Amino acid sequence: MTLVRSGRWITGIALLLVAGVYVRALVYTPVEIHQGLAQKIYYVHVPSAWSAMLAMGMVGLASILFLFLKDPRYDRFASASAEVGTAFSLVMLTTGPLWARPIWNTWWTWDARLTLTLMLFFLFVGYQVLRGAVTDPGLRARYAAVVGICGMVLLPFIHLSVYLFRTLHPMPIVLKPSKPSLPGSMLVTLLLSVGVFTLLYVGFVMQRYAIGERSDDA
Amino acid sequence: MVVDLLRHAWLVARKDLYLEFRSRTAITSALVFTALVLVVFEHGRDPTAVATIDLAPSILWVTFSFAGMLTLNRAFNAELENQALDGLLLAPISRTSLFWGKLVANLAFVAVVQIAGLLLFTLFFNVPVWRVWAPLVAVMILATVGFIAVGTLFSAMVVRTRFAELMLPVLLLPFLLPPLIAAVEVTAKLLGGRPLSEVAGWFRLLAAFDVTFVTLATLLFPATVTE
Repeated sequence: MTLVRSGRWITGIALLLVAGVYVRALVYTPVEIHQGLAQKIYYVHVPSAWSAMLAMGMVGLASILFLFLKDPRYDRFASASAEVGTAFSLVMLTTGPLWARPIWNTWWTWDARLTLTLMLFFLFVGYQVLRGAVTDPGLRARYAAVVGICGMVLLPFIHLSVYLFRTLHPMPIVLKPSKPSLPGSMLVTLLLSVGVFTLLYVGFVMQRYAIGERSDDA
Repeated sequence: MVVDLLRHAWLVARKDLYLEFRSRTAITSALVFTALVLVVFEHGRDPTAVATIDLAPSILWVTFSFAGMLTLNRAFNAELENQALDGLLLAPISRTSLFWGKLVANLAFVAVVQIAGLLLFTLFFNVPVWRVWAPLVAVMILATVGFIAVGTLFSAMVVRTRFAELMLPVLLLPFLLPPLIAAVEVTAKLLGGRPLSEVAGWFRLLAAFDVTFVTLATLLFPATVTE
């Protein structure tokens, strides 16, 4: 099976599973007591944030490998991952305000995490604008790799600043030093959702990579 | 080895600073620009509604950010003419020296702009910075070094792209944000007369940012100029 076809299959399966996760989230997972039904968007928002971060991490790793091994496949993968990451960060930035409106009574607030995830989105966009502005393929790959690595390294600072800055955003409840404080059934739904979104990321990247392969050959 | 590295870096920096000192085009424009931004800020606020002291940290740091950004394009633009960059790359100095030289020249340039900016800021806005000058200068240095390191790295790339003037801010501003947030928070606390212990966390974040990005930029620089 070609790469693009397997990518399509994986994406299709992942999309079906997203529907499945939402059946579980709406029917079998308890309604959060303070936030009501609005909290259900959590199962899209957090996994897409995860996939966006994963995408940036992958861009960084592929960029490091590219600079060491000079293999254009890593560059193609980084480029694919950045484009998919842009899509996921857009989902994150759309679902966030939709949730925030009823809960915080505002669409947007300049809280540290919001600001810096917006910056993650701009990093993805900048990365791709840079790729578009360099015509020589070898130079483009190296420049993109440099920006990709810097972007990945910026991520921990994004996470760190959440703890320091006075913040409105809910503090991390799963990835934190002590035990996750999310009720068990919600945690299971969340983890399932994260898994499914990871699969979706893989499917998208495989398809995008295949497109990159064809346009490079042309 | 290390001595050579530093000596060569200094030679590169000195060359840049000489070049700048002889023409003084960039530094004059940057200083005038800084003064003008401060004037624009003064007239962009309603003095009866917003007290200067509340707006002061933002004014100071937005001015510094703009001025820093504008000065960055200068470093490698000068090397484009007559393929001067190729000459530098052929010189028997390491890429690290070249990068550090450029970084030091940029930092010196930005430092001049920041000192002048701080003086003008005190003059225009009548903010009592003298009581806290030492920690304020410390935060100015800490918030600038890492950001200028990434900026120097990126400017080496964008000079050879289309729309270089626009490309640099688009790529660089996300990296400005963590130091900017920290610097504004610290400046506000300092001007508000809060104790230093309240801002220690931010200082640590800034220091970590600087160490990380100066190292990273040094390691990545060769990839932007090789071949």
